[in-house]
Amino acid sequence: MITQFSDLKPLLPELFLLGSAMLILLVDMFVAERRRGLIYFLSTLAVTLTAVVTWRAWVEPLPGVILNGMYVRDALGDVLKLFMYLTTVLVYIYAAHGLRASNKFRSEFFTLSLLALLGMMVMVSSSHLVTLYLGLELMALASYALVALDRDNPEATESAMKYFVLGAMASGLLLYGISLLYGLTGSLDLTVISAKLATMDTSAPILALALIFIVIGIAFKFGAVPFHMWVPDVYQGSHTPVTLFIATVPKLAAIGMAFRLLPMGLGPLQEHWQDMLAVLAAASLVLGNLAAIAQRNLKRMLAYSTISHVGFIFMGLVSGLVTGYGAAMFYVIVYALTTTAAFGIILALAQGDQRFEEIRDFRGLNQRKPWFAFLMLLVIASLAGFPPLVGFFAKLLVLKAAMDGGYLWLAILGGVSAVVGAFYYLRVLKAMYFDEPESEAELKVLPEVGVVLSVNALALLGLGFAFNPLLERCLAVWQ
Amino acid sequence: MLLDIITYSFPLLSWLIWLPIAGAVLVLLIGDERAGLARWAALGVSLATLALACLLWRDFVTGSAAFQFFEEKPWIAALDIYYKLGVDGVGLALILLTVIITPLVIIAGWEVIEFKPSQYLASFLVLEGLMVGVFCAMDAVLFYLFFEAMLIPMFIIIGIWGGPKRVYATIKFFLYTFLGSIFMLIGLIYLYRQTGSFDLNTWMYAKLSMTEQFWLFLAFFAAFAVKIPMFPVHTWLPDAHVEAPTGGSIILAAIMLKIGGYGFYRFSLPITPDATGELAGIVVGLSLVAVVYIGLVALVQKDMKKLIAYSSISHMGFVTLGLFIAFELMRLSAGEPDYAALAVQGAMVQMVSHGFISAALFACIGVLYDRVHSRQIADYGGVINTMPWFGGFMVLFAMANSGLPGTSGFVGEFMVILAAFKYSWWVAMLAALTLIFGAAYTLWLVKRVIFGAVANDQVAKLKDLTLREAVVLGTLAVFTLGLGIYPKPLTDVMQPAVQKMVLHLNQTKTL
Repeated sequence: MITQFSDLKPLLPELFLLGSAMLILLVDMFVAERRRGLIYFLSTLAVTLTAVVTWRAWVEPLPGVILNGMYVRDALGDVLKLFMYLTTVLVYIYAAHGLRASNKFRSEFFTLSLLALLGMMVMVSSSHLVTLYLGLELMALASYALVALDRDNPEATESAMKYFVLGAMASGLLLYGISLLYGLTGSLDLTVISAKLATMDTSAPILALALIFIVIGIAFKFGAVPFHMWVPDVYQGSHTPVTLFIATVPKLAAIGMAFRLLPMGLGPLQEHWQDMLAVLAAASLVLGNLAAIAQRNLKRMLAYSTISHVGFIFMGLVSGLVTGYGAAMFYVIVYALTTTAAFGIILALAQGDQRFEEIRDFRGLNQRKPWFAFLMLLVIASLAGFPPLVGFFAKLLVLKAAMDGGYLWLAILGGVSAVVGAFYYLRVLKAMYFDEPESEAELKVLPEVGVVLSVNALALLGLGFAFNPLLERCLAVWQ
Repeated sequence: MLLDIITYSFPLLSWLIWLPIAGAVLVLLIGDERAGLARWAALGVSLATLALACLLWRDFVTGSAAFQFFEEKPWIAALDIYYKLGVDGVGLALILLTVIITPLVIIAGWEVIEFKPSQYLASFLVLEGLMVGVFCAMDAVLFYLFFEAMLIPMFIIIGIWGGPKRVYATIKFFLYTFLGSIFMLIGLIYLYRQTGSFDLNTWMYAKLSMTEQFWLFLAFFAAFAVKIPMFPVHTWLPDAHVEAPTGGSIILAAIMLKIGGYGFYRFSLPITPDATGELAGIVVGLSLVAVVYIGLVALVQKDMKKLIAYSSISHMGFVTLGLFIAFELMRLSAGEPDYAALAVQGAMVQMVSHGFISAALFACIGVLYDRVHSRQIADYGGVINTMPWFGGFMVLFAMANSGLPGTSGFVGEFMVILAAFKYSWWVAMLAALTLIFGAAYTLWLVKRVIFGAVANDQVAKLKDLTLREAVVLGTLAVFTLGLGIYPKPLTDVMQPAVQKMVLHLNQTKTL
């Protein structure tokens, strides 16, 4: 089959971003050290323009499937992509300040993250196992390099190594699952696989084996227990701008991948993966929340809190219902926006080389920088799921989804673990509001970063009252 | 189903909720540098809210059991959640209590709070709006939102302006309440799945099997028993009270505890009547334990605030007693609502009355603490010699707390005991013991603190009430005496709603 160039129109956002990334790589060669701001500007511009391209294509409906079914363009992918762009732009704004302050303002951060973003876009738009794997690997390789960027720091090198080894293994397992599926169904196209499976006996052990490998691959990318080992080390060990990126945008891609693989590709095996995910969700909720209590480093604490959030995200998937998928998607989007703000605050408050990431550093923040303490309060309250912040409604939706799917026990466990979670979140509030500051030194925050952070954090409050359009969008992609 | 509602030309309830919250933003913007202006702004906002609430009282249709001042706007279509507000008589009484107490709290903390005063005032204004919201939300998610959101300002109030063990106390307070309410949240989602709506009015008439009702009852009980609080989940309260600043203690005792009682009235009684009826015996038992045992615990306290905190738990025992004997009373009287209504109404009167009395007692302790910086009973004695006006007020409130006829404390307790006699002589007898224990611990407190010879130099140097303190205590005294001598306006307002509620209790909802 001959593909005409005009047939590639749905692929325009990816092509545009790829071209921009290449261009930025080239430009970087001719930019002087002190003009690195240009790279930051160009990268932000590239992501913004990609968003415009995606948006334009979305407004004008395009044919869905191209390249013999390898690539699919639909509302699910577009919604996720648009939030990836938004999160990436926020990441750039917060990260630029952090990179400059620590004298690591190199263009590699931007080009690598653009390539990772490209990989993620492919991931959420593929309806074919090969494209999906390709996207995943592009994202993963770029991420490994990002973590290792801070090469003089032994912690970062160590966590990059760990991330790489574990990640490679997870990719291998996923690939093994894919090969088994291919052997069983004779196809790599997810729609074909789904149709084939519907006619097969789903209780065959070999199918279960393939499914287990695929679920492990997904669980690793999310960082669900027991495939979470890399999360705390990578979060803590990486340079905070990198953590900021790794903690947020890839989660949007992971949920896209999970949607493509499980409900869309392996829908006929639903009853099997539902139970697997339920167990993973339960383990993540319990371990994530309990381990977070013991942390003193805020980045590490947020890593464990992420693991518990993965438990909540899985609750929506576990339900096996489209409303549940919509809820999980809503949860991930809310999570990404909230976590961006959390790491953004950590970055904004860092003074030069001095880090601001131990819970101890936050002591007495209310007396030093009351507005930032308040923003952090909003972020923490949203992460902990207190109303009226939007994090509460995200939890409400996934709890309902779990109950809809007949997993009442999981919903109750989720509720109880939210209370455990409240304890360590409260410790941050305690440090900021009740403790005396350890240092009286003035904290300087760049005004533009402060403004963006304020909008970001206040949006969590505002969304709590006006999230209906977003939720409806998340639900509509499943119709 | 007949949806009995009365609308109003103006979104008055929304104003009552959002005006204080907007005022809080204003106060924060004024900031700590201009503390004087911030104080006046906060007072102005709370008085404006009070004025609006007077309008609410004036235009409330007494004699109607309908939800009045009804407002409804679609909010989250995907989950059928509405922004839906309305008050019945009970809600009205508690809203009035809230808006009366809040300005007093602001006045009581006027010069006392010097650290971050604008944050302090803003927290109380936010709390005011949220508490009004709890008493008029007619959508379960909206109710939960207000119910939970209250925790954060209270957490901060205790944690920043509290005593030496404030961090422990405030985290304990937060986690206890949060754990309870999470179970309620799951119950709410369950009910939504059964009925397709979060509307409290719809839930009132929803059919539910006995097993469903049983678990839902437990879910609601977990939330409200902690909030009110009932024995044996009361242990957060003494800690929170002792460590909270005076204003925090006042709000906690006067209004937040009432939210537990209101929750029982709004959720447990009407939504799961069959299960509640079955399990009422246990709740009545726990209430009696609270009344008697906690009364005895109060007797041995050395710390004044702790004593009043235990006294609060004991008095709240009356509220749960009145609410939960209503079921048996309906059964015994074969559907005649008189005594059941008396019991429920007694419970509600007790809530309002205790709101004023406990606020007054905590304000009194605050007055002493601001001068001597001690809450230990042993550090005082003979205060009346140096502070005669204060002594007079304190004695009055102590009498009210022990249920002296002529004060509001008597009315509710008397109604509940009267109804309890119809239920069981022994229950009434045990409940009536509180009149003895209550008198014992309160009057003994007064004897040791107020009367006798001047105990030490510090007491000898005490100065009597300032005008500011006199305004606070005077206002509370007016309400304590007013409701004691002429409680009719209060009972008239609540009567139709309570009547409707107890008649509803008699209808089985099982499938």
